[in-house]
Amino acid sequence: MTTITEATIEADPKLPMIRITRDFAATPEQLFRAHTDPELFVRWIGPSSLSTRIDYWDARSGGSWRFVSTRGGEEHAFHGCFHEVSKDRLVQTFTYEGSPDGVALETLRFEDLGDGRTRLHTTSLTDSFDSRDGWLTSGMEVGVNEGYAKLDEMLSDGTV
Amino acid sequence: MVVATETLSRIFAALADPTRRDIVARLAAGDATVNQLAAPYEMSLQAIYKHLRVLEEAGLVSRPPGPQPRPVRLEAGVFDLMEQWIERYRRQAEERYRRLDAVLAAMQNEEDEETDE
Repeated sequence: MTTITEATIEADPKLPMIRITRDFAATPEQLFRAHTDPELFVRWIGPSSLSTRIDYWDARSGGSWRFVSTRGGEEHAFHGCFHEVSKDRLVQTFTYEGSPDGVALETLRFEDLGDGRTRLHTTSLTDSFDSRDGWLTSGMEVGVNEGYAKLDEMLSDGTV
Repeated sequence: MVVATETLSRIFAALADPTRRDIVARLAAGDATVNQLAAPYEMSLQAIYKHLRVLEEAGLVSRPPGPQPRPVRLEAGVFDLMEQWIERYRRQAEERYRRLDAVLAAMQNEEDEETDE
């Protein structure tokens, strides 16, 4: 079996869905804990430049969660429900409070590859193509210079 | 470069609209006539022409001369742009997962120490 050491991504053309797959040198149980134990979760979820604190967190089927990421005076809050919490599968909703009407359904599957390795399959189903593409292009402001550099290249070589 | 900046602004503005993004996504599957493009939308053909004109002016689509009805064609450069957006999103996920790698390694160390004791 091939090893997926770098995250692979797929934006489904027919569904407003993003799929991400990645292998980890950990057991499904460890990966499950890293996603459900709030103390472990805050250590990896946010971009390094943000610090994340848990507002509430009840990782059981029917429970709910909310966390807030801050950088200086800037705050980004996220909340959702744990729809299903089981050893090999997590199903949860996800809302970025910056666009409070939007909600995504996230499914995380922990596939045991044996030898202490696990493949994580994540799907995020958003409520419209518009919001899916909004997600994909989010951070465009941050990375816009990169985008412009690439476009400059395309413009100068006549691609556009 | 003023000209380039204006072109860039046009591309970003053209892609900011969900209908136009949808048209671009559908053209990625292959050329289509204006009537084919208009079919799924509840808007006038005139409104679709308007969207196409914006895309055309941004250089994202073209209608090469030929027999009627002339198909609308996606200009290949837009793929690079889209791929770049997706790639940036992927990189963000990869960075997050590298932090997760570190947490998992730390968890493993703690477990090993507990077993040693």
